Amino acid sequence: MEKTLRKDPAKKIGSAIAVCLIAALYIVLFLLDNVLPANGFTLMLIPVLKKGAIYSLICVSMNLLNGFTGLFSLGQAGFLLVGAYAYAIFAIPADQHAAVYQYFDGGAIGFSIPEALGKLLGENAGAFLGSIICIIIAGLVAAGFAALIGIPVLRLKSDYLAIATLGFAEIIRAIFQWNSLGPVTNGSNMLRKYTSLSAIKIGSIKLATVFPFLIAMICIGLIVLLINSSYGRAFKAIRDDEIAAEAMGISLFKHKMLSFVISSFFAGVGGALLAMYQTTIQASAFKSAMTYEILLIVVIGGIGSISGSCIASFLYIACNEWWLRFLDSGSFFGISVPFFRDGFRKVVFSVLIMVIVLFFSRGIMGDKELSFAGLVRKLSGKKAAQAAEGGDGK
Amino acid sequence: MSSFVQANLPYLLAGISVGGQYALIAIGYTMVYGILRLINFAHGDVFMVAGLVMVYASASMPMYLSIPLVLVATVALGFTIERVAYKPLRSAPRMSVMISAIGVSYLLQNCALYFTGGLAQMYPTIPWLSNSVTIGGATTKMVTIVTPILTVALVFALVLFIQKTKIGMAMRAVSRDFETSQLMGIKINSVISMTFVIGCFLAAVGSLLYFTNYPSVIPTSGAMPGLKAFVAAVFGGIGSIPGAVIGAFLIGICENIIKGLGSNWTIFSDAFTFVLLIIVLLVKPTGIFGEKATDKV
Repeated sequence: MEKTLRKDPAKKIGSAIAVCLIAALYIVLFLLDNVLPANGFTLMLIPVLKKGAIYSLICVSMNLLNGFTGLFSLGQAGFLLVGAYAYAIFAIPADQHAAVYQYFDGGAIGFSIPEALGKLLGENAGAFLGSIICIIIAGLVAAGFAALIGIPVLRLKSDYLAIATLGFAEIIRAIFQWNSLGPVTNGSNMLRKYTSLSAIKIGSIKLATVFPFLIAMICIGLIVLLINSSYGRAFKAIRDDEIAAEAMGISLFKHKMLSFVISSFFAGVGGALLAMYQTTIQASAFKSAMTYEILLIVVIGGIGSISGSCIASFLYIACNEWWLRFLDSGSFFGISVPFFRDGFRKVVFSVLIMVIVLFFSRGIMGDKELSFAGLVRKLSGKKAAQAAEGGDGK
Repeated sequence: MSSFVQANLPYLLAGISVGGQYALIAIGYTMVYGILRLINFAHGDVFMVAGLVMVYASASMPMYLSIPLVLVATVALGFTIERVAYKPLRSAPRMSVMISAIGVSYLLQNCALYFTGGLAQMYPTIPWLSNSVTIGGATTKMVTIVTPILTVALVFALVLFIQKTKIGMAMRAVSRDFETSQLMGIKINSVISMTFVIGCFLAAVGSLLYFTNYPSVIPTSGAMPGLKAFVAAVFGGIGSIPGAVIGAFLIGICENIIKGLGSNWTIFSDAFTFVLLIIVLLVKPTGIFGEKATDKV
């Protein structure tokens, strides 16, 4: 295997290009955080990049379940909520508890992980490490919920599974808004003042945009490794034909559970990042409409394509928050258009989504992945492609 | 005992009333699922659009014109949705159709958001239905009494329609076996359209009754009743009309009793429905009246 890898020039060039692009991306992000001046352009660009990275992770986690394991789950909003809350609860500084939990006598949890670490290691290092620990806790809590929910739910099939997971997401939302849990979850009030993205620094170097990219990229990388492993092949076998997969000795329940728990872990991480990005969170925002939105992004990107989900996330967020804003503003390049008012952007958006669903049901990428090796082969023409194929054959 | 009844009668009455309204929506779900095996996620939003049409219609025309207009517009909307969003995907995997339904739901909500400008629209007072009446010491609106009676009457008519008429027979045949009925010369598209027409008509009637109890309509006000009605349909056994009606009444009553337990529990009145759903799916996935389907390999 390694031999052919070395012999295939396209693959070598492709991975070199990928490494260069990723390095360039991080340099740009770093410059955006620290050097470039805050003007109208960067003020629009930075939030789009942050949110796009977070949504990429969330969409890929949903794609792992819906696209690669064939489990049509609609519970993603519930796991995002669990992740966001688990993060926020452990990251509110102790002296802010009285203000945040004002209706619950300062709450039941009197400590904060970033703050505790901050006392040991210094403020910035504490915030950095502490938030990473909180993010991992968020993922684990979401995974724990998923393990509990999975036992009854994963026995169901297709649309029953969809509606049951949707139901569980609603139940989770109700539990988190319950007044009796108020000392922990703050009831139906919002959680705030926890460590947000702007607190992530090393020395005087700000990492507010780099951080979500870093976390999302590590998590997506792990998901890709999982999908390419023997577990991933088992997931795909279950997706393509459950009965045949079972006949080949794949334990259905075990693998479905694994996929469900891992997907929820990363959804929890995504929820934590979303909480960091938003600076305040409230359970009432995590409705089923949020799951639908994520599902539609996955569909736009292509069900069963990791790179598709990432591209679609950035496109969706950029259009939604930036490029299509003019549709809401009432004028188009200075020409006033009367029906361009609040909400028109969303209408255009949903029409576009319907067009994609009806006529381009494979989405942007279908079930293929964006690969630089493939791109190099295409660009260097047929001869090189044949040579590369010959190289593979040897 | 009598004081207990006295205290809980308002909740019970509200429950029966809401249950009847859920039942009218649930029939649309159960019939569509019975025939297409599709959870029509857009049905709740069709219900919401019916409410909005009523708001706009009643502002410009008298009530005896706007009520028929609501019914006609809702039916037309349902018919169009089926033709545009579901018919092209008839041979596609079930997941694609479900995604299309979610897309339609998103579209309807966003259109509603655009036209209302994001503001809650005051629902008009329908004369007579909004009048107050007193039953056993509990004051309520006339709609509370009308809903269960109207629901039962409509369901009775619908069951007769399905049992006695030719198109009803075709519906039963299609829900049993899609392909075979096509081979037997049943015009499948007209049967499916008819299902959507009936479902949307009942949803429009349900919306007239439902929103009379509420001050206003917002773009998301269809989502929750829609999901609850779907749970009712699953509870009763999907594809079964009497089952959906019984499930809907049960959910409506339980939900309102939970609301009556005290403010700490109100938050669970929605979640209860889903707990019920999960219990039903685990214990008896075919519902009370559902037929057992066997998967052949």
